[in-house]
Amino acid sequence: MTLLLFLFDLVLLSTLLVLAIAALTSPEPRRAVMFFIAFGLWLALVWARLGAPDVALAEAAIGAGLGGALMLAAARRAARRQREGKADQDDDQKSS
Amino acid sequence: MNRPAKLMIGLLLCLFALVLLWVFHVALTQPPGARLADLALASLPLSGVTNPVTAVLVNYRAYDTLLELAVLLAALLGIWSLGAATPGFQPAGSALAAMVSWVVPLLILTGGYLLWVGGYAPGGAFQAGALLGAAGVLLRLAGDERAGLPSERAQRRLAVAGIAVFALVGLGTMVAGTGFLTYPQRWSKWLILLAETAATVSIGVILAAAYAGGKPRSRASDGATP
Repeated sequence: MTLLLFLFDLVLLSTLLVLAIAALTSPEPRRAVMFFIAFGLWLALVWARLGAPDVALAEAAIGAGLGGALMLAAARRAARRQREGKADQDDDQKSS
Repeated sequence: MNRPAKLMIGLLLCLFALVLLWVFHVALTQPPGARLADLALASLPLSGVTNPVTAVLVNYRAYDTLLELAVLLAALLGIWSLGAATPGFQPAGSALAAMVSWVVPLLILTGGYLLWVGGYAPGGAFQAGALLGAAGVLLRLAGDERAGLPSERAQRRLAVAGIAVFALVGLGTMVAGTGFLTYPQRWSKWLILLAETAATVSIGVILAAAYAGGKPRSRASDGATP
């Protein structure tokens, strides 16, 4: 039983680390945010495993849910602005 | 970013990690004695709630929660100062609209439940407020430009309501002679419930308004809110 729990903890921790690294190193903001949301949900699992259901609830609701929604909106805006900036540059090049 | 800046950030992060490791080491090797958790559990019967986390958040450390509400309010002010919100999405199709009309009332109900259950089990104002905020996010995704919130004027009042009620409760206890946010034992449960309810509504409004991402636009049919 303890061995099973140890293996479970090992899987929890290694997946958490992989998700964190994936979120940090992802070049595209949208994908990074998605990794971050997955990371937040996984972290909620870790908190629950540590016996802190209050923190797990807050992490899942605020950290992953609302934070993720806000960052997705921000990433969309950033992408749109970048696209518009690029279009402006193209226009400038055409006109010059 | 240029190379020295990257190196600098890496170095600072390493230092930060070392400090965290040291703190962890100190916490682990501390001699067993009267720790904060024991003190918190010992005075739990006096706090008016039976969930130790809620007791810490709204009774022992009510100051912190008050300041957290202030932080949220400041964040919303910053977002509103950036300009008008972007126009909303196009109205949802029938499948999404039907789902939203089911999920949003359920979210509000669950929020109320989490607020009430926070007194004796995991839950509380922030989780409940997050659920209300999530309902607003869903409404905005389904095409409501204002995320289900009332007019800008009402939004301002609701966003301030949480911190105002909290501060008023604190001032009331001060006038009653027990000190700022030190609840008299007989009233503590109801004062906590009052402050938490106002905080929940405020948090929900602030989070939903933050998702709209700017000052709410004035709408022609301002009276007809959803």
